[in-house]
Amino acid sequence: MSGTFAPSPGAAPLARQVLAQATMETRLLLRNGEQLLLAVVIPVIVLVGGVAAIDRIGLDLPHRPVDALTPGVLALAVMSTAFTSLAIATGFERRYGVIKRLGSSPLPRHGLLLGKVGALVLVELAQLVVLGGVALALGWDPHPSYAGTMAAVVLGTAAFASLGLFVAGVLRAEATLALANLVYLLLTAGGAVVVPAAEYGALGEVAVWLPSGALGEAMRAALLEARVDATALVVLAVWAVAGTVLTARTFRWE
Amino acid sequence: MPAASSPAVVVDGLVMRYGDKVAVDGLSLEVARGSVTAVLGPNGAGKTTTLETCEGYRKPQSGSVRVLGLDPQRDRRDLLPRIGVMLQSGGAWSGVRAREMLDHVARLHAHPLDTGMLSDRLGLDDCGSTPYRRLSGGQQQRLGLAMALVGRPELLFVDEPTAGMDPAARRTTWELLEEIRADGVTVVLTTHHLDEAERLADTVHIIDRGRLIASGTPAELTRGGRSATIRLVVTRPFPDGAPESLRIALGEGTEVRQLDAVSMLISGPADSTTLSTVSRWCEEHDVLPESLSLGQRTLEDVFLELTGRELEP
Repeated sequence: MSGTFAPSPGAAPLARQVLAQATMETRLLLRNGEQLLLAVVIPVIVLVGGVAAIDRIGLDLPHRPVDALTPGVLALAVMSTAFTSLAIATGFERRYGVIKRLGSSPLPRHGLLLGKVGALVLVELAQLVVLGGVALALGWDPHPSYAGTMAAVVLGTAAFASLGLFVAGVLRAEATLALANLVYLLLTAGGAVVVPAAEYGALGEVAVWLPSGALGEAMRAALLEARVDATALVVLAVWAVAGTVLTARTFRWE
Repeated sequence: MPAASSPAVVVDGLVMRYGDKVAVDGLSLEVARGSVTAVLGPNGAGKTTTLETCEGYRKPQSGSVRVLGLDPQRDRRDLLPRIGVMLQSGGAWSGVRAREMLDHVARLHAHPLDTGMLSDRLGLDDCGSTPYRRLSGGQQQRLGLAMALVGRPELLFVDEPTAGMDPAARRTTWELLEEIRADGVTVVLTTHHLDEAERLADTVHIIDRGRLIASGTPAELTRGGRSATIRLVVTRPFPDGAPESLRIALGEGTEVRQLDAVSMLISGPADSTTLSTVSRWCEEHDVLPESLSLGQRTLEDVFLELTGRELEP
């Protein structure tokens, strides 16, 4: 058979499909104003505002304000992308039939997941560049444990992403939007992400077992004290496993 | 079994239920390779459910489905690159630009069509940079068809392809589907538009309430039916009592309805006797026909006879 539409079917190599999916999702996320606000603008405001506030109040901290705050702000950035942005984006993908549409394309489901992971990594790198740049401009002087930082970011992303997908897979898009934002606000305020768990008093005892507190503590240990916080990392790993099991059992593609 | 001659789709005794509502009720049908097959039926007849089972979205609750010789569930990964699927609606991010979406789907395939050419053929040129949510219904449909075609599939499933399109876009789409068929692609389409089925389909499967009630070419389905329609228009008004006298002349099984002073509609057996009886009656009653036309039985009539219901509102 010849002609314009003569059949010549076939799937692109998986790596090319995953790359296409990851870059597409990244582009869409960066184009969305609300998502950008969550990913970059709010963490920058927290960092700059927090440093200014500590200076003004004249709190006596064991570390310089920018050194004390930056690890938590990076944790906040991971949480906003891996949990809130991912949940909202996936919720609306289900609603608009994007996941259904891709379900009949050559892109397999694990390819779709890998694409989402790729998009998360790309956005997190962009966040690191922007937030790290702002922090350095404010005089940030980290003494990192690179292994501890990497482990915290990877396990934190896995924990929050699996929980974000769980929410997006069971609720309607609007409910996902509302819940993902609410949880983000509650965890930012009371979840020991930016402010160390020790500052919360009794509440801090609970917060270190939350993914937000565990990620915040692991980042502070790694970037302030060049230490690997094994307890916090185990807590994140447990949340990641729980979230993955829940998602695998409940996620509906349509 | 030689691949070239085996059917593209075999549905055998398919049963699908939602709760206690039966959507598909023991449906069996085949689709020949290289043909355009229309699955025709009213809303809720089970068309989309059947299609989605062929596309691997749903698992048959009873019976079986084979597409290109493969099981759409078990052999999903082998099958999907070979088929193109046009969903009834949606299927794109709300903020994605039309051309960007098409390019994305193209990148998932090994030998995609040129997306510029495809956009041009489907009249998507002038809305290529428009976000999906701002496209008109017809533009979204055309983008949906483009996404189904871009991977150069062997078999194309299109669900209500021209719903929401204006008449010009419908014609363009029909011409495109005819070209696709000529290039060797098998097409399965669902529709509740009879003219679409009549124009495009080699084979029509009429389904109602989840069951197959008739199959054949449009010509086979409309031929040899129970009735034909004759419209008679005369030069001067009919004499009094004309409908009754014509009905008596035609005999049993004929209906005569006077539409106005100079025209009548006659439904009766579709044979030459009916027509000659009408013209003899005109001669005997000194009535001069201005026009005498024999109406073909349409799929609409067939559907009405089979189900006792109108297909289109």
